[in-house]
Amino acid sequence: MTTNSSRAAGPRHKMVEAGVALLIALFGIVVIIGSVKAGINWGAEGPRAGFFPFYIGIFIVVSSVINLWHALREDNDEPFAEWGQLRQVMSVVVPTAIYVGAMPFTGLYVASVIFIGWFMRWLGKYSWLTVLGVAFGMPIVTYFIFERWFLVPLPKGPLEEWLGL
Amino acid sequence: MEEIVNLFHGFAVALQPFNIMVMLVGIVLGVIIGVLPGLGGANGVAILLPLTFSMPPTSAIIMLSCIYWGALFGGAITSILFNIPGEPWSVATTFDGYPMAQQGKAGEALTAAFTSSFVGALFAVVMITLVAPLVASFALQFGPAEKFAVYFLAFCSFVGLSKEPPFKTIAAMMMGFALAAVGLDSITGQLRLTFGFTEMLNGFDFLIAVIGLFGIGEILITMEEGLSFRGGKAKIDLRVVLQTWKSLPAYWMTSLRSCVIGCWMGITPAGATPASFMSYGIAKRVSKNGNNFGKGEIEGVIAPETAAHAAGTAALLPMLSLGVPGSPTAAVLLGGLLIWGLQPGPMLFVEQKEFVWGLIASMYLGNLFGLIVVLTCVPIFAAILRVPFSIIAPLILVLCAIGAYSVHSSTFDVMLMLVFGVVGYLLKKCNYPLAPLVLAIVLGDKAEEAFRQSLLGSFSNPLVSTIMVLGLIALFWSAIQEGFSRLRTATA
Repeated sequence: MTTNSSRAAGPRHKMVEAGVALLIALFGIVVIIGSVKAGINWGAEGPRAGFFPFYIGIFIVVSSVINLWHALREDNDEPFAEWGQLRQVMSVVVPTAIYVGAMPFTGLYVASVIFIGWFMRWLGKYSWLTVLGVAFGMPIVTYFIFERWFLVPLPKGPLEEWLGL
Repeated sequence: MEEIVNLFHGFAVALQPFNIMVMLVGIVLGVIIGVLPGLGGANGVAILLPLTFSMPPTSAIIMLSCIYWGALFGGAITSILFNIPGEPWSVATTFDGYPMAQQGKAGEALTAAFTSSFVGALFAVVMITLVAPLVASFALQFGPAEKFAVYFLAFCSFVGLSKEPPFKTIAAMMMGFALAAVGLDSITGQLRLTFGFTEMLNGFDFLIAVIGLFGIGEILITMEEGLSFRGGKAKIDLRVVLQTWKSLPAYWMTSLRSCVIGCWMGITPAGATPASFMSYGIAKRVSKNGNNFGKGEIEGVIAPETAAHAAGTAALLPMLSLGVPGSPTAAVLLGGLLIWGLQPGPMLFVEQKEFVWGLIASMYLGNLFGLIVVLTCVPIFAAILRVPFSIIAPLILVLCAIGAYSVHSSTFDVMLMLVFGVVGYLLKKCNYPLAPLVLAIVLGDKAEEAFRQSLLGSFSNPLVSTIMVLGLIALFWSAIQEGFSRLRTATA
């Protein structure tokens, strides 16, 4: 962190906090709607399926409204994080999302090799030799530990099928 | 006396060669997990849980609990050498541990930290050995109403004792309950809250939540802060160890107090983190060297480490005897019990003697091994932290993905893990506690079942009302405390 001044560029902590409280309240409302659909009253054999989650939903909404109020009332102007920091965070989230999204199609191993390789080359700027070593080494070690020794199957794609693994 | 006999049987189980090997593997993995940023006790155990599916349950729990002990030890290494708490409960250790390392007393600080961890754990294990069977035999008589009252007490003490704002704790906890409710309702067999998505039929598995919230979330936070390691030298030789050990008995009062605080905070599900802070705070206030705290006082290392380890260990007491885990990691272990086909709770002490006492005996041995391993191998573990984060981060992310996938062999779970990760990042940044959320997902179904069954019966018996009143006191504890201090200033 280079600057600690309250005017550092980035979203305000207050607004993010309020946004999170709102999202949680929204989640609570979804829970309430779902519970009402399942039935919140008493049936022949006691409370019906939606009974318990209904009150949980109400708790969520009420407590997030209070949290929202607290967040808005607070007059600190601290930044949540600087844009540069958020970019760092996104530089992990986005590739991970692609990695996770590709896994059902390519299998875990191929996706992992590309993901680790990309990460090290792009963010770490390592030489290709190190990159390739780690990127291939880790999935191979994983294969032996999980699939061979502990018999835990991991997702495989066309390449593994072609190799007959 | 029956306990002593049982304990010896337990030692016989734990000392089988395979179990000793499993113990050592667990400790080493645990220390590595504790040292690495982004991998902590809870999600480390969650990721490695699938590896134990093919093991006998006793060996499995020994390995996983040893990972937990290892992680507790490992947290201290990074706090003292690098001023980076590997685990939340070792934050308080950085206050005096890091200054000591800067003054060239790293070996002393590490020895003190490891030894006090061991003392704290030993105290808690002895307590578990003596108390757990009693609690369990008492709890055998519990009906649904009593069970619900215990859950109520557990969750209320979360709200009352956590340092986060109470309504944030409640919001996080209730989200956990809501997530637990998704899917098949266990009593009526009806589907609920699935909104027509077939992926949600089975509900949310808390292991996925743990891996996402703690693993991915932690990595994102580390990414944001940007890590730079400027570590002190780590080397412990026998002379330093013996010298430090000679000086430690002088602090027996601090140790004892921290043990008691730790055990108390571990049993009530406040957990190791608040225990370490509380113990540090009290030690600072009481000690005659209180003014030196924060500048490298060995007592400031002893207090939080003893309490954190005692709390982490004591958290297994309610998990074993009541089926209510005292910490997120204990919750993961409880999830493991269910997967291995064991029903957590008081019946374990009757039906699975070998399992329970094997585990308790392994706690004695595991912590002893842990102490030896960390004292001798500190330089190796410290070297792990010098591996740059841009290599560690993708490897941990891949490990998290593997862990999340292998719980149910489902790629949907891996996506869910990422969602939980982003949510965990936001919640943590906004000061919402994650532990109650996880515990609520684990216990949600059981708490609901107990609640609905007791609605059909009756709530009114002295035991239930006593526990419920205790729960209410815990719930409003901070308010009560404030009231008292106001009263005192008013009268003074």
